[in-house]
Amino acid sequence: MMACVTTADQTSSELTLAVNGAVHRLRLDHRTTLLDALREHLGLTGTKKGCDHGQCGACTVLADGRRVNSCLLLAVAAQGTEITTIEGLAGSGGELHPLQAAFVERDALQCGYCTPGQICAAAAMLGEAEAGWPSAASASLTGPVTLDAAEIRERMSGNLCRCGAYVNILAAIMDVSAGAGPEKAGAR
Amino acid sequence: MRPFGYVAAADPASAAALVRDRPEAAFLAGGTNLVDLMKLGVTAPGLLVDVTGVLPGRIERAAAGGLRIGAGVRNSDLAADPRVRAEFPMLAQAVLAGASGQLRNMATVGGNLLQRTRCLYFQDVTKPCNKRVPGSGCPARAGDHRNLAILGGSAHCVATHPSDMAVALAALDAVVHVQGAAGPRVITLGQLYRRPGDRPDLETTLERGDLITAVEVPALGYAARSAYRKVRDRASYAFAVTSVAAALDVAGGVVRSARIAVGAVAPLPWRARTAERILAGRPATAEWFGRAADAELAAADPLPDNAFKVPLVRNVVVRMLSELAGIPAGDQAPAGDRT
Repeated sequence: MMACVTTADQTSSELTLAVNGAVHRLRLDHRTTLLDALREHLGLTGTKKGCDHGQCGACTVLADGRRVNSCLLLAVAAQGTEITTIEGLAGSGGELHPLQAAFVERDALQCGYCTPGQICAAAAMLGEAEAGWPSAASASLTGPVTLDAAEIRERMSGNLCRCGAYVNILAAIMDVSAGAGPEKAGAR
Repeated sequence: MRPFGYVAAADPASAAALVRDRPEAAFLAGGTNLVDLMKLGVTAPGLLVDVTGVLPGRIERAAAGGLRIGAGVRNSDLAADPRVRAEFPMLAQAVLAGASGQLRNMATVGGNLLQRTRCLYFQDVTKPCNKRVPGSGCPARAGDHRNLAILGGSAHCVATHPSDMAVALAALDAVVHVQGAAGPRVITLGQLYRRPGDRPDLETTLERGDLITAVEVPALGYAARSAYRKVRDRASYAFAVTSVAAALDVAGGVVRSARIAVGAVAPLPWRARTAERILAGRPATAEWFGRAADAELAAADPLPDNAFKVPLVRNVVVRMLSELAGIPAGDQAPAGDRT
């Protein structure tokens, strides 16, 4: 028996999305991506639509703490995961996430359109490094991870910045990586 | 995009049965390729059967010492697995060379094997393409083919398979577990893919409703010293122009056995069996590595704008095998090296 075979011929569903600690019930056309659900149905416009094809990273959000491209994740398939957007990264009292503060401090943006995706990706990336995940830039697959500039560039290569603010994006992430430590940087 | 139904599958067998019985249905796993192709209009399923909740999501030790990788394992978890990193470094490196951190978190092992070519004409619905619309023609041979196939293509299609992971799996003799209508079966990776011939729309031997449930990598002691190298047009986050997965077993300066697979040069991950046969029992020297690569590439049929891939593959193969054999860099350049 299929779990919900009754929907096989329907093109929309009543679904539940957990976003930034709140649970939302809404009826959505199955074609709706998580990105469009966030922006058009939940009013969470911090997450940006850049290429809409998984090539630019502007739509990056966290799903159960892992960074994903929300433009390629169907909302109906995102049920059952805890979604965190840029709006959910800041503290409950409104204090900036360390990466947000570092991006401000380092002026790590020009137009700012890629910034929410950069920050969400960086938050998860610091957790991946903390967990010992290697990257294509790692000297060893099994050794400890040292987040030098080459490592951060490789690990952040899924986020494009058309203004070319990479120099300061890198500096901001290195500040947080070296200073606050990834456990304070929101990595799960 | 065409409206579509959505079903979260209850188990692999019923998912396979549903897709088999519904011609408009497609499996949905990570969706990183399928959802993109739906947006582009390249494919338009009327029903998505979501198998992310029912595909095995773990990597387990197989009976004979290899690894059984659930088809639902995300690419990032595959590359981070300590056993994969230590025992099959070429596989971890191949996965890490592909896509981005975000996409690797989404993409599954099963879906990665079945991703579609990034040939520009296949992805552009305003252009003819024999793979997308059989019989409509192929503009690539006279058009943009710089990154298309030099091996295994046909007059009808010279598209390349885009996966990095599959190149390492081809070198490692991986086998694929399939849930079919008649029950589960096991095929080799070589049996999974078919060459385009006059039906480039048929990319695999899978039947409608066949669901990949796991990939098994057999134990291979010398794979602990293996590597994957990817040549691409930018430093990261780009599809390969050429890639090579290689492992080498050398004793006393003589090659006992070699595993070589080449990516981004053919419609399927290209296992270089001719080169492997030549190398067995030969001296582990750059000269012999070059001869083996030349023999493999004798079958190459490049087009004007991708003929550069022939010496490129040769040089990457020679360089990688030399490194795996511990030959100093200064002694690697063989006669005829054109870089």
